[in-house]
Amino acid sequence: MPQPRAIASVNDFVVKFANINGSGSASANGLFARAIMRMGIPVACRNIFPSNIQGLPTWYEVRVCEAGWLGRRGGVDLMVAMNPQTWDKDVASIDPGGYLFYDSSKPLPPSKFRDDVNVIGMPITEICNKAYTDARQKQLFKNIIYVGALSSLLGLDPIEVEKLIGEEFRSKAKLIVPNVKAFLLGRDWAREHLAGVQMGLKLQRADKVKDRIFVEGNSAAALGAVYGGATVCAWYPITPSTSVAEAFMRHCAKLRTDPQTGKARYAVVQTEDELASIGVVIGAGWNGARAFTCTSGPGVSLMQEFLGLAYFAEIPSVVFDVQRGGPSTGMPTRTQQSDLLACAYASHGDTKHVLLFPEDPRECFDLGATAFDLADRLQTPVFVMMDLDIGMNDWLCEPFGWDDSRRMDRGKVMTREALEAGKEFGRYLDVDGDGIPYRTHPGTHPARGAYFTRGTSKDRYARYSEEGPIYVDNMQRLLQKFETAREIVPRPVREDAERKTQFGAIYFGSSAASMREALEALRGQGIHLDTLRVRAFPFHDDVSEFIADHGQVFVVEQNRDGQMRTLLVNECGVDPTKLISVLNYDGTPITARFITREIAEKVGVLTPVPLKKRVAR
Amino acid sequence: MTYLAKPKLHHPRLPKNALGHTRRDYEGAVSTLCAGCGHDSISAAIVQACFELDLPPHRIAKLSGIGCSSKTPTYFLGNSHGFNSVHGRMPSVLTGANLANRELVYMGVSGDGDSASIGLGQFAHSIRRAVNMVYVVMNNGVYGLTKGQFSATADKGSKSKRGAVNTDAAIDLVGMALQLGASFVARSFSGDKAQLVPLIKAAILHRGAALIDVISPCVAFNNHEGSTKSFDYVRAHNEAVNRLDFMVERTPIAVDYAPGTAREVVQHDGSTLRLRKLHDDYDPGNRIAAMTFLQERAAAGEIVTGLLYVDPQAGDLHESLNTVDQPLNALGDAELVPGAAALEGINASLR
Ligand SMILES: Cc1ncc(C[n+]2csc(CCOP(=O)(O)OP(=O)(O)O)c2C)c(N)n1
Ligand code: SF4
Ligand SMILES: [Mg+2]
Repeated sequence: MPQPRAIASVNDFVVKFANINGSGSASANGLFARAIMRMGIPVACRNIFPSNIQGLPTWYEVRVCEAGWLGRRGGVDLMVAMNPQTWDKDVASIDPGGYLFYDSSKPLPPSKFRDDVNVIGMPITEICNKAYTDARQKQLFKNIIYVGALSSLLGLDPIEVEKLIGEEFRSKAKLIVPNVKAFLLGRDWAREHLAGVQMGLKLQRADKVKDRIFVEGNSAAALGAVYGGATVCAWYPITPSTSVAEAFMRHCAKLRTDPQTGKARYAVVQTEDELASIGVVIGAGWNGARAFTCTSGPGVSLMQEFLGLAYFAEIPSVVFDVQRGGPSTGMPTRTQQSDLLACAYASHGDTKHVLLFPEDPRECFDLGATAFDLADRLQTPVFVMMDLDIGMNDWLCEPFGWDDSRRMDRGKVMTREALEAGKEFGRYLDVDGDGIPYRTHPGTHPARGAYFTRGTSKDRYARYSEEGPIYVDNMQRLLQKFETAREIVPRPVREDAERKTQFGAIYFGSSAASMREALEALRGQGIHLDTLRVRAFPFHDDVSEFIADHGQVFVVEQNRDGQMRTLLVNECGVDPTKLISVLNYDGTPITARFITREIAEKVGVLTPVPLKKRVAR
Repeated sequence: MTYLAKPKLHHPRLPKNALGHTRRDYEGAVSTLCAGCGHDSISAAIVQACFELDLPPHRIAKLSGIGCSSKTPTYFLGNSHGFNSVHGRMPSVLTGANLANRELVYMGVSGDGDSASIGLGQFAHSIRRAVNMVYVVMNNGVYGLTKGQFSATADKGSKSKRGAVNTDAAIDLVGMALQLGASFVARSFSGDKAQLVPLIKAAILHRGAALIDVISPCVAFNNHEGSTKSFDYVRAHNEAVNRLDFMVERTPIAVDYAPGTAREVVQHDGSTLRLRKLHDDYDPGNRIAAMTFLQERAAAGEIVTGLLYVDPQAGDLHESLNTVDQPLNALGDAELVPGAAALEGINASLR
């Protein structure tokens, strides 16, 4: 049999692990990725997991990329096939010339292999059965053993792996030695038996990670809530948002426990459903605490009535929506950006809400904290629109930063002193012309400032009224407030191409990493684009300007219906034919390859000059 | 309908409480409910209770859902912050408010539709969490505001105004509250102010979830013959197990009781409840016995009223969560924001 072609690449390839959920592979795979990062080589990792606790297939993709592209690349150079259930599909997904690493303890017929793929067998089960007697250990150490073998094959520095094992089990020191042993067992076996294997994928120490951190968006968002001064969290478990609340509890236990008394400067309630979660948040917000909930699409659907109340009664509240594939329970463990419209216009009646779009965990932290300032300043619900891809995967990103001179902006709260001094108070009175009224916290003053909050219409002094003009007056002020929001929400980030172009692209959230990589690829094909990364809704004037500056604008998003495009058409009054959708919504994170292909194709159709000529010119 | 301010004529001879307030200072806007509606009597009892307890009105927060009953917070405690939320969801809003500031008195007002139909879940969960609150259900067996449909507390066999017979079993909120661990459970009748006012006072001073189910006839839709929530029916079937002579430490009441006829309960804050027994062997300190007693009497067609259960030393949600003593809404940057140095440590652990 002729040797297949062997892909050769240093620090630029994709390793995919195919495992069984609950088999303990996650920590071994994470160890592999982190050790590469410790060698100064950027990695982008993604969990692809089922809605299941144990037994169903799960994958972990590690993109090794010295150039620093952090989006999902697509394709597989090395498949670590540890799951017989998905064998055929896994083998089929390897790029020609790629590698298949598998457990060869049981012989497989030749028909199970491909002749354009390099096969590396290691009798992992056999090795484990020989080395261990305990059934659990036999299973668990398989994972570490293959990491050992990969370390030998790819040139992963064993010192880094050992250091990481030491750090991981710092609090359970007796686990360190057996784990290091298992790792070395795999490594030594491979050095002895796989020395002759041709392996073109290599790791080489680099200096591209710098001081960046490796963290998942949900944990970062929760930390943002801590720094944003949130004291009340009410939530109901739902993938992929659960770990926001769990991380908040973890962070608070460390950062928010009163050192003297051991008491908590926070309260977390796991409620009976999402209606109650948002109800608790609204009650706490009304009473002057910073409060949030974290949820996903189905939870947002349940919160609709309350969100209308919060909008109309003007109550600060923060919702972290970690989006997944919808509608209904859709693809609960896959990613999408498909709740934009459901959140922007959540509830019955005329409502509009503030949305923030973080691009990575660092921004989940920043915008997570900012959301509380905006909610207080604007006295309204604010949504932090994350997704499973940023939320549940560890991302390499800039370290968290905080300016110690920053203070919480509690917005327009009338104090006891102001009331005492006789300052006029009308709960819905627009004193400053920005549509934002003053509020009082319950219990502030014995005789002044009490008011009645209701979802029914009211006048500027919070008195019940069903008079048409009074209702209209209030609704117009809410619009005015939304105009104010437009100016104070985070501005979009514009980056222009080196040369003038009639093409623009708008993108947001977790698509950013792949978008940047795609831009580079498109430039290589002679296609130049100006870009605008939208960070908030309502749209800043910069967004309309950007669209006006270009003949055609691609809108890159991860949903079927082009929800961002709908918002742009609706809110910016632009000609819909100017906006061209680039849509990925199969549940996998959008890739640079996909964006590049889609935009190149569309530009080809839109440009009268043939592409080849453009490149030649 | 527009807001009607109640004229604040301060009669010089109106009695004043220890804060120098008259009863008027605890009133709200003029009620827009039907004349004779039971709910208005309950509002008046709330006013009376707060007045008698010398509560500063601004230290009370009143919250409600939607319904005629849930409208009443507009008609009492005009100097307190109020929140008329959404149908059936007062308990979650109240829970959040309570978490934000543990120092205020939280008065939750609801209806039977609000709490037993659409809001049964929130009713139950706020009670199991032991939110420190007074939870008043103005129970008329119908949806007043949507014109007289049966609610979930309507008794099986009870007749609607149009003659339809309710075929569904009734939900008994008192029974549920006992099962769910409420630490203060009472039932009363809007037509018995002497019974109701002390119960509200005791509930306010109680720490933990205090439920008062007040039968409150709807004169517009459920006060006819054949209804089990009409004034006449409730009067005829009211079986009071005890009478609460509410007593605060600092103002001992000199009342003589025949030996064995009274029982004193000291609450966590030192306030004392003196219960006059009306029923020989009823023990409001025994949850299980109370549940059995209630079931037996209900089967016999009686409406048991009084203080049905109290655990005077109960804890609350803040205790379970071990929150700091200061209200969470009073914590500032120094207490809440860990700062740049802490963040550097976190960054280091993520590399
Ligand atoms: C989500 C929702 N559904 C329906 C209604 C209509 N609605 C208003 S009050 C009410 C029933 C109120 O009954 P109850 O709580 O017993 O109060 P009552 O009027 O009898 O005092 C209903 C169904 C509503 N306001 N919101
Ligand atoms: S309809 Fe019934 S509950 Fe509503 S105000 Fe009239 S009497 Fe009261
Ligand atoms: Mg009712």
